[in-house]
Amino acid sequence: MSIFAIVSTYAGAAAEAAHGEASSAGLPQLDPTWWPSQLFWLVITFGFLYWLMAGKFLPAIGGAIEERRDRIADDLDQASEFKREAEEAESAYNQSLADAKAKAQGIAAKTRSEMDEEIANMQADTDATVEKQIATADVRIADMKTAASAKVKDAASDTARAIVEALIDEAPTSEAAAKAVNAVSQA
Amino acid sequence: MIDFRAAGPMEQFEIVPIIPLAFGNLDVSFTNSSLWMLIGTLAIIFFFFAATRRAGLIPGRVQAMAEVLYEFVSDLVRDTIGAEGRKFFPYVFTLFTFILVMNLFGLLPTIPGAPHAAHVFTPTSHLIVTLALAMVTITIVIAYGFWKNGLKFFKLFAPSGVPLWLMPILIPVEVVSFLSRPLSLAIRLFANMFAGHVILKLFAGFVVSLLSAGGFVMAFSIAPFIGAVAVTALEFLVAALQAYVFAVLTCIYLSDAVHAADH
Repeated sequence: MSIFAIVSTYAGAAAEAAHGEASSAGLPQLDPTWWPSQLFWLVITFGFLYWLMAGKFLPAIGGAIEERRDRIADDLDQASEFKREAEEAESAYNQSLADAKAKAQGIAAKTRSEMDEEIANMQADTDATVEKQIATADVRIADMKTAASAKVKDAASDTARAIVEALIDEAPTSEAAAKAVNAVSQA
Repeated sequence: MIDFRAAGPMEQFEIVPIIPLAFGNLDVSFTNSSLWMLIGTLAIIFFFFAATRRAGLIPGRVQAMAEVLYEFVSDLVRDTIGAEGRKFFPYVFTLFTFILVMNLFGLLPTIPGAPHAAHVFTPTSHLIVTLALAMVTITIVIAYGFWKNGLKFFKLFAPSGVPLWLMPILIPVEVVSFLSRPLSLAIRLFANMFAGHVILKLFAGFVVSLLSAGGFVMAFSIAPFIGAVAVTALEFLVAALQAYVFAVLTCIYLSDAVHAADH
């Protein structure tokens, strides 16, 4: 309270010096004349301000802050969702890529084996045809050989008959000549 | 010769009626104090109206300022009282902005030559105003304290875990400390505003006195002038700090009311 004492003494002196007014009674704060007025207007201004703050301004500001916070949270959620989807898409892409590679390798292997088989088949076919032709040729050669040898025998028996006719003037039957030729050729 | 006249350091606290008004015997005239309460209140309303007029997802400059203030007080209430403090938030916020603006507007310079009623006035430099605000806080504390805790509110004066033989000493101390709360709350704000303005006016008065002395003495007026500038800067700090202190102490007292039974 000492500051009040000092200040009020000074105030008294200064006020007297400046004005000479009767305000040297003391602190204006301690004059009860204006207390009701101050309280009255404090209630009105503070009450009105409280009413506006509680009813209008604070909900508006709080709402804006809340809305922003929600929006940011939503955006973050959405971003993480997108990230998850992107990762899924990436893994799906990697999977399909791996599948495609495997499939391509499978197709390549299959094609190779099919081609190998086809080549083998064609080779076998060709071999078979060739062998058949060889066999046919062999048969023809054998036939021709037989025919040729038969013709040789005929010619030999004809020649033998002609020789015998020339020698004994008597022609043996072709059967006998053939028999004789056979006997000689088999000997 | 320049003719200066220094106003007394108490003149700034004088109440000057502007519009006489009375309820019966009760004089409730619209005074310079009422005027500055009204100016401060309207300024706050104007500011928040501008801040919320187009309240959007992306805040404008005014909205960002209002949001900083909102978050500041909101954090204070939540940290001091807890989740239950939410219902006191509008009160603490109004209290803080009201006192802050009254304190700060009181530091505006008066236009030279203006009539006394138009001089800049600080409503919070009057004890009756700060006492009324403190009493509102204490009334809320007591009313809410009893409504929430019933008779357990008295546990506020007898903290648990204190040995029984200490109680006869402790309880009177706690009661006195509780009863002195509104006074200390009111006087802290009033005295800070009052003393600051007096010192400011004293320095300013010295400047005027030295200047009016004339001659080479006028040169010495630079010293109190520097003092006045420094005190003005200090007073801005005090104005904001005391509004904050009032709000913090209000929160602490409200917290007592909320948590009295847990003591």
